[in-house]
Amino acid sequence: MPRLSAAQRHPVRFRLNGEAVEGIAEPRMLLADFIRHELGRTGTHVGCEHGVCGACTVSIDGVMARSCLTLAAQVEGCDVRTVEGLAPEPGRLSVLQAAFRRHHALQCGFCTAGILMSLDVYLRAHPAPTEPEIRELLSGHLCRCTGYAPIVRAAIDAAAELVSSTRQEDVRHV
Amino acid sequence: MKPAPFDYVRAETLDEALAVLAAEGSDARVIAGGQSLMPMLNMRLARPKVLVDVMRIGSLDRVDDGGDRIVVGAGVRQAALLAWAGLAAKLPLIALALPWTGHVQTRSRGTICGSVAHADPSAEVPLCLIALDGEVHLRSARRRRVLPAGDYITGMMSTARGDDELIEAVAFRVRPGRGYGFREVARRHGDFAIAACAAVAHADGIRLAVAGVADRPELRDWPDLEGDALDDALNAFAYDLDARDDIHATARYRRDLVRQIGRDVIDEARRCRV
Repeated sequence: MPRLSAAQRHPVRFRLNGEAVEGIAEPRMLLADFIRHELGRTGTHVGCEHGVCGACTVSIDGVMARSCLTLAAQVEGCDVRTVEGLAPEPGRLSVLQAAFRRHHALQCGFCTAGILMSLDVYLRAHPAPTEPEIRELLSGHLCRCTGYAPIVRAAIDAAAELVSSTRQEDVRHV
Repeated sequence: MKPAPFDYVRAETLDEALAVLAAEGSDARVIAGGQSLMPMLNMRLARPKVLVDVMRIGSLDRVDDGGDRIVVGAGVRQAALLAWAGLAAKLPLIALALPWTGHVQTRSRGTICGSVAHADPSAEVPLCLIALDGEVHLRSARRRRVLPAGDYITGMMSTARGDDELIEAVAFRVRPGRGYGFREVARRHGDFAIAACAAVAHADGIRLAVAGVADRPELRDWPDLEGDALDDALNAFAYDLDARDDIHATARYRRDLVRQIGRDVIDEARRCRV
């Protein structure tokens, strides 16, 4: 039974966007801070730090999670995905990201990484979402720029495009 | 907002977790999904010296259908119970209420037992546990005991759990033929309820349970009241709850919600009664 002492920093290992990563963390370190400060992946944003705003949402073992309500030590050995893992290659946006750009679904972009991660996880399990379902999902995120309407449009557009493209090929990147 | 320092123990068996609780007592806190405890830690409203993570204990991650009761282990996440195939048939009230618990993004991590352990007065899971005559299965290194949900929750975020105990499971009673209704009012879907009402209609009468108004979920059982008699009973219950004004709503508005949505959910439960 591992016991990590409060007074020390301890190694934490997991997979981040398919790559094995390792860093050191005090037991109290939040996953959001570990990803940003230890691993230097600053795409994940930190807003409210009590689970309300959704900016820090990531995927842990394929489910949505607030990385501000998760300790780095809790994801030891897990499979974590962040916004950096969405684009299929440098310089090319994923279908979902491209839909966000097309529909002006972001302005300042602070909330966007979290919303993209929620939608990425959701669309994998629900390829043909309805607008009320998308709005229900988005209720777990705060966006103060867009009024949500373009985000809803982008999500529905992306879902439709993904369904038509998966008929032609196996698309790994939502 | 960062937690104060604590030791972190990743328990691999229930006995290991219980041994830590026995040794550390009130200095230790159990963490499961963390969706209630982590905000408390971040805001330093809770400052345990030791955190015991129970999510790697495989034996706690199970839903047992015992026929007349459904036993939900401490490792079962809210999303997992919501996806459990038997939910709508066995526990219709949970199927109605659980989508109101937090958001998709928190139900994916938060556990059923964790919500009961936290005992927030506006939370849906403790409300349903009380409405369904549920039980809390407590375990420590020295004993195991089962408390009725109404005895377990003693006030606002306070419970009858001993310092060396953890919730091993909660059990919901299954009662075929009963009708159920649930509604809540919050500023935003998924936020804490200003008032939440759960109704049960059975052969001999009706039950209404209310969260978000008093310092714990409260319930009343009535015969099959109709018309003015039901309005009077709802009004008396609304006042008995001793609502307070706060930043979210006035006491008067909360009483009105109890009267109005209380009536709505009772009607809904009666329509579903077999």
